[in-house]
Amino acid sequence: MTTASYETVETDVLVLGAGGAGLRAAIAAAEAGTRVMVVCKSLLGKAHTVMAEGGVAAAMHNVAYQDSWEVHFADTMKGGKLINNWRMAEIHAKESPDRVLELERWGAIFDRTWQGRIHQRPFGAHTYPRLAHIGDRTGLELIRTLQDRAVHTAGVDVHMETTAFKLLTADGRVVGALAYRRSDGSLILYRCSALVLASGGAGKMYRVTSNSWESTGDGIALAYDAGAQLRDMEMVQFHPTGMVWPAGVRGLLVTEGVRGEGGVLKNKDGERFMERYDHERMELSSRDVVARAINSEVIAGRGTPHGGVYLDISHRKPEFIKSKLPSMYEQFLKLSKVDITKQPMEVAPTLHYMMAGVRVEPETGATNVPGLYAAGELAAGLHGANRLGGNSLSDLLVFGKRAGEAAAAASKGNPKAAAAKLDQAQVEQAIAELMAPLDRPAGENPYKLQAEIQDVMTAHAPIVRDAAGLQAGLEKILELQARAAQCGAGGSSSLAFNPGWHTARDLRSMLVNAEALLRSALERKESRGAHARSDYPKTDDQLASVNYITKETPHGMSVEAVSIPTMPSHLAEILQRSYATYTPEEME
Amino acid sequence: MELTSLDLKIWRGDAKGGDLVSYRVPVREGMVVLDAVLWVQANMASDLAVRWNCKAAKCGSCSAEIDGFPRLMCKTPIDEYGGRLSVGPMKAFPVIKDLVTDVSWNYQVNKEIPPFTPSDKDLSSSEPWRMQQKDVERVMEFRKCIECFLCQDVCHVLRAHDLKGAFQGPRAMVRIASLEMHPKDVLDRRPLLKGKAGIGYCNVSKCCTEVCPEHIHITDNAIIPLKERMDDVYFDPVRSLVNRLGGRSRKRPAD
Ligand SMILES: Cc1cc2nc3c(=O)[nH]c(=O)nc-3n(C[C@H](O)[C@H](O)[C@H](O)COP(=O)(O)OP(=O)(O)OC[C@H]3O[C@@H](n4cnc5c(N)ncnc54)[C@H](O)[C@@H]3O)c2cc1C
Ligand code: SF4
Ligand code: SF4
Ligand code: FES
Repeated sequence: MTTASYETVETDVLVLGAGGAGLRAAIAAAEAGTRVMVVCKSLLGKAHTVMAEGGVAAAMHNVAYQDSWEVHFADTMKGGKLINNWRMAEIHAKESPDRVLELERWGAIFDRTWQGRIHQRPFGAHTYPRLAHIGDRTGLELIRTLQDRAVHTAGVDVHMETTAFKLLTADGRVVGALAYRRSDGSLILYRCSALVLASGGAGKMYRVTSNSWESTGDGIALAYDAGAQLRDMEMVQFHPTGMVWPAGVRGLLVTEGVRGEGGVLKNKDGERFMERYDHERMELSSRDVVARAINSEVIAGRGTPHGGVYLDISHRKPEFIKSKLPSMYEQFLKLSKVDITKQPMEVAPTLHYMMAGVRVEPETGATNVPGLYAAGELAAGLHGANRLGGNSLSDLLVFGKRAGEAAAAASKGNPKAAAAKLDQAQVEQAIAELMAPLDRPAGENPYKLQAEIQDVMTAHAPIVRDAAGLQAGLEKILELQARAAQCGAGGSSSLAFNPGWHTARDLRSMLVNAEALLRSALERKESRGAHARSDYPKTDDQLASVNYITKETPHGMSVEAVSIPTMPSHLAEILQRSYATYTPEEME
Repeated sequence: MELTSLDLKIWRGDAKGGDLVSYRVPVREGMVVLDAVLWVQANMASDLAVRWNCKAAKCGSCSAEIDGFPRLMCKTPIDEYGGRLSVGPMKAFPVIKDLVTDVSWNYQVNKEIPPFTPSDKDLSSSEPWRMQQKDVERVMEFRKCIECFLCQDVCHVLRAHDLKGAFQGPRAMVRIASLEMHPKDVLDRRPLLKGKAGIGYCNVSKCCTEVCPEHIHITDNAIIPLKERMDDVYFDPVRSLVNRLGGRSRKRPAD
């Protein structure tokens, strides 16, 4: 191949991703005085974050005066079944109220209590009502506020519809990235002195998911290729309530807010089955528990004709439902022709979120690769084995800000990094690999391969797993890796907005994520949180202090167990306390 | 009537030109137009350019013209069309390829609108702000905007007359209204409305309101109240006509 042509763009801090985490990082880095370039695959404001519904968790104690950062910390650790990074959980619980109030000062609107404070709604496994929200479209409010703040912050520039496909290193330090413009396939070489990865999750590995086409785990794969360690890759969350019908909307999220506002789950016999799985917390038990419960009901033949269970909120007043859950009301009316003020919804688990991801330093989001930072869904640690609802949006704000600040500081400390000598062969090879599918008119169709990956993951890494299934899945994924390396672009060799070609590239990311998930799941020989194994159905107390770290070695991908440092006594003590249960004085 | 297949025509082409191309798509129960388009992409035309993200009318990516009418593809069931329909790109914006248009102008416009500006007193106070639900509800409607730009697409000032330099369009009016009516915002954006935003170009035809998938009453609740706020300072012939015809008054109460 001849020397490829590309445009070179220089900045101080490069942010990959314009969801909540990326935008918050960009604002922080620019406020610290660096030039920032944000790069994202879709248009600005369309990232996954826009879809978040229920709310953002922050112990502001506006509704339950008993709430405090300590209780939020304890809920997060217990929900994560103790393999969380306890320092991240502490920082998160302490700082999320400030991050939410800061959003309000940037123009965000939240629902109010009667005293005019930010209202907080109850959510699964949160001891107290804790989720600040605006109706059921909190993600839209959050991303719009950050988007406007970012474009009006001096020093922030945005390149939309541009996909990064390679991180560039010099002397072991990340100093840039290669990307292509989706509109015309032209190439950009970004040079930077620090890089923040905020490119979200990898839900597209599964057939039934609440995630969009963007969630192919690019950032995790890019980081891995650049030498970053991944953590607890087996931990992916199935949200208990996805739509099941009609087929086109299968997997679309039904917000936990429905249960938060009083929705009940019933099987086909009309039994409120959560009674049998978590008598105390019922529908508001943690997501792993509710998802497994629904899964068990369906497998036992007590599901609905479409393979789900019923979720019913029709006992509440129609006006209440329409004002608290307006987009759910619309979504069901329009897409399923179900009026949720009168009829029950049909729901089943859907792949929703990755607790797994890139291993980071709790204070800064630094990875083990110098110059590389990570925040948001693709960073691992805060959520352990299971994420509580609402803890992601707060995660984006708290750790997005910290990663942006740390990257700005790193950039200032290494101003020459952006001018480091690049290994031209590294650049040429990455470009050649990107372009190759266009030159293989007879290569396999990337959409077909994508569907195969989804089928393998759905069959071999489902809610309840076992060694034989995982092992067989791993073999299939390795075989798919070989086929994907030879795939075509679907028939067209055009560089202009060619989604077939883009998908060919995304396969690579998905396969790295899939392989890591399967390998890590094989290693964790117990059931904990979202990771359930039929061959090891019990939780092993010894493994409460173990994280599984995935990294690249000369012999390929390897997974090793790493002990979690002992929790300091002031935090350990918090976990021992018991907290008064919340009884609402009035229903607003 | 049970449908088994759909006769789907999709506009294929780029800035140089293009045409409708026919595809036969097997129909599944509850199918929306986006499902059908993505089926074509996965099975018949891998390079078919289309934007989408959420599939749930939350992100505003999948705007297109379905049988000539601006709609979200993910929210439009095919059974409304009786077995045959055509999809094309939004016409008010330059086409990039197939169903994808260059909407960057809308982002430029947003950058020209001065952002949320609270008072110095509010900004320096260390106490969390208090606001009443009824006050935030006033702007909630505008905050629902998912930036699908369908209203921009249908507005004749932009579509037929291409006056993009003179009028920022209904989406921008919604944005300005969300700021102007925010209980904590103190900035006066009337000079912008009169100048660059060009509110005088809107003749309250309400076409934008009709296509808004979020059911925002763009004309009644955003544009007309904004025009009314202009009345004290500037003369607007259309607004004065609306007044005479008995337009609704929703003036912002004095703070
Ligand atoms: C339907 C739904 C509802 C949810 N509800 C809630 C809720 O109520 N509360 C809560 O706390 N959490 C919720 N979540 C989870 C939460 O929304 C996400 O985890 C979170 O928004 C992820 O944010 P992020 O900034 O990490 O990434 P994202 O918002 O996913 O953004 C990723 C960004 O990276 C970009 N990107 C990806 N790959 C590349 C690449 N190769 N090159 C360049 N850019 C790239 C994308 O274009 C995008 O801009 C919900 C999730 C879903 C799907
Ligand atoms: S009401 Fe005004 S903004 Fe809306 S379509 Fe008509 S002219 Fe355009
Ligand atoms: S106002 Fe309505 S039609 Fe216009 S961009 Fe917003 S959501 Fe779309
Ligand atoms: S795909 Fe998000 S609005 Fe249609």
